[in-house]
Amino acid sequence: MTGAIGFRKLKNHTMTLLMFGATAAVLVPLALIFFHIVKMGLSSVNLDFFTQIPKPPGEAGGGMANGMLGSGIMIAVASLIGLPVGIFGAIYLVEYGGSKLSTAIRFAADVLSGTPSIITGMVAYTLLVVPLKGFSALAGAVALSLIMIPIVLRTTEEQLKLVPGTLREASLALGVPLWRTCLKVTLRSALSGVLTGVLLAIARVAGETAPLLFTALGNQFWGSKLTAPMAAIPLQIFNFAISPYEDWHRLAWAGALVLVSVMFCLSLTARYFGRARHS
Amino acid sequence: MQTNVHTEVEASGLGLDSYPQTETTLQPVTKTTGPEAGKRLNGDALFRYLTTFFALSILAILALMLVEMTSESLPAIRKFGWQFVTGSNWDAVQGDFGALPYLWGSVISSVLALLLATPLSIGAALFITEIAPKSLSGMIAPLIELLAAIPSVIYGLWGVLVMAPWLQSTVEPFLSERFGFLPFFAGAPYGVSMLAAVFILMIMVVPIITSITKEVLLAVPQSQKEAAIALGATRWEMIKMSILPYGRSGILGAAILGLGRAVGETMAVTMVIGNAPKISLSLLSPAYTMPSVIANEFAEATSKLHSSALMEIGLILLVVTLVINALARLLIWSVSRDSGGAA
Repeated sequence: MTGAIGFRKLKNHTMTLLMFGATAAVLVPLALIFFHIVKMGLSSVNLDFFTQIPKPPGEAGGGMANGMLGSGIMIAVASLIGLPVGIFGAIYLVEYGGSKLSTAIRFAADVLSGTPSIITGMVAYTLLVVPLKGFSALAGAVALSLIMIPIVLRTTEEQLKLVPGTLREASLALGVPLWRTCLKVTLRSALSGVLTGVLLAIARVAGETAPLLFTALGNQFWGSKLTAPMAAIPLQIFNFAISPYEDWHRLAWAGALVLVSVMFCLSLTARYFGRARHS
Repeated sequence: MQTNVHTEVEASGLGLDSYPQTETTLQPVTKTTGPEAGKRLNGDALFRYLTTFFALSILAILALMLVEMTSESLPAIRKFGWQFVTGSNWDAVQGDFGALPYLWGSVISSVLALLLATPLSIGAALFITEIAPKSLSGMIAPLIELLAAIPSVIYGLWGVLVMAPWLQSTVEPFLSERFGFLPFFAGAPYGVSMLAAVFILMIMVVPIITSITKEVLLAVPQSQKEAAIALGATRWEMIKMSILPYGRSGILGAAILGLGRAVGETMAVTMVIGNAPKISLSLLSPAYTMPSVIANEFAEATSKLHSSALMEIGLILLVVTLVINALARLLIWSVSRDSGGAA
C-alpha cells in the first residue's frame, strides 16, 4: 500500500520536475538571444549608427540612418493605407454586421493574418513592381499594410464590441446621426483599446523583412522617394548578417538592438493603453 | 422631426433587431422631411457606404491575392503539371523546375521542429498554469508573449552568428562521431544545416504554442480539477485525468497553429538552413525550404517561367497554410466555445 503511494508520489515529483525543466528549456534559448542582442548591440551602437549610412565592407563604423528613415517612411505609408481599412472595416462589422457578408469578411481577415508574410510581398510585387517597372518603397508599404489590416480589424472590432450599447442608444436618442455616434461616441470611448491594436500592428510590421525583399529591395544610400528602392532596418540586418564581414555583423547586432528596443517600447505603450482602459 | 429620430434608431438596429435594417426604411423619410433631415440621412448613408467599401476591400484583397497567385503560376502549372511537385531538378538556365527538395525541406524542418516544440510547450504551459506560484507565472507568461513578438530576422541573426557556429563546433561533431552510423547524422558538420533550421524553428514556435495552450488550459473548469483532487489524486494525476483530456483538441489546435507558422517562416530559416536544394536524410546536411527559395530567387528571377515556378511554390505555400490555419482554428474554437473562455 505504502509502496503504491510512494510510487505515485515519485511519479508526481518526476513530472513536476519535467514540467519545470520544459519551462527552463523554453526560457534558456530566449534568454541567450536577449543576452547576445544586448551584449553585441551595446558594444556596437554609437552616435554614428543613428546619423550615418553603412560604410563599404572593410571600413569600420557607419550606421543605419537611411534604414531608420526608410522604415519610418514605409511604416507611415502602410499605416495610411492599412488603418482606415482596418478601423472602418471593424466599424462596418460592429454596426452593420451579423450578415453572411460580415462572416465572410472575418474569415478573409483570418486567412490574411495566417498568410506567410513572404506571400504578401509576392502579391505586392505583381500588383505594383511589375506594372511600375521597378522596385519601390510604395510596393513595400502596400505589402506591410496587407499585414496590418487583419490585426487592426480584429482588435478594433473586439474593442468596439466592448462599448456598452446604452451609450450608443443614448446618443441616438438625442438625435445624433448614426455616423456621428459611431465616430464621436463608440470609436472615442474605445479609443485607447483601438490605439493598443494600432501600436501592436505597427510593432509587428516594423520587424517584417520577407515582404520587403522584392518590393522595397533595400538601398545602400539615402533615399526618400516612394517610387525608388528604399532601405529598411530589417532588410539591412538580414543582408549584413549573412555577409562575411565582421564590421557588417556589428552593424547588424546594433540594428537588432535598436529594432527590439523600439518594438518593446511600442508594445509596452500598447500595454499601458490597454491597462488604462480596464482600470 | 420626432419621427425622423425614431426612424434613425430603428435603422441603426441597436437592440431592435426585429426591425428591418435595409435602406428602404430610410428612403421615405428623405423624401418627406425637410432639407436638414435629408442632409443628416445622407451623412448616414455616406458613412454606411464608406465603411462597407473598406470592409469589402478586405474581401477584394483576398480575392485579388488568390487570383494573382493562381494566374501568375499558370505558365508553370501548364508546363510541368504534377511533375512540379515530384521532380527534384531545379535549373533556371535550362528552364526545368521541380520543387520536391523545397517541399521536402519544408515538411521535415517544420514537422521535426513541432515534434520538439510541442512537449516543451505543453510542459511549460502546465507549469505556468498549475504549478508555479502566481507571482512567478505572472512574470513568465508576459515574457513568453513578448518573445513571440521578436521579428524572425533577429532569430535568424542570432541563429547564423551564434547558434550555427556553436552547432558546428560542438553538437554536430559529437552527433556524427557517436551516431554517424545512422543516416540521420552522417556527413561533415557545416553549422548551417537542417538541424540548425529545426532548432531555430523550435525556438520560434514554442512561445506561440505555449501561450495558446495556456489559454486552453485556463479554460478547463475548476470543478473538473477539484473533483480529481477530492478523489485523492496527486497533482500529476489531476493533470492527466482532468486537464489534459479536457484540453486535448485545443492543445492539438495550438500545435497545428505552430505548424502553420513554421511552414511559412522565411527569414530565420533562410539564414540558417544553408540553402542547398538536396534531399538528404542527414540532419547535418544543408537543405532548402519553400519560403527560402522564394526569398532568395524571386527578386532575380531570370525568366518568366522561373518567376512563374516560384509563384507556384508560393501558391502551394498559401494553400497549405490556409488549410493548416483553418484546421487549427476549428480545434481551438471547439474548446473555447464549450467553456466560454478566450483562446
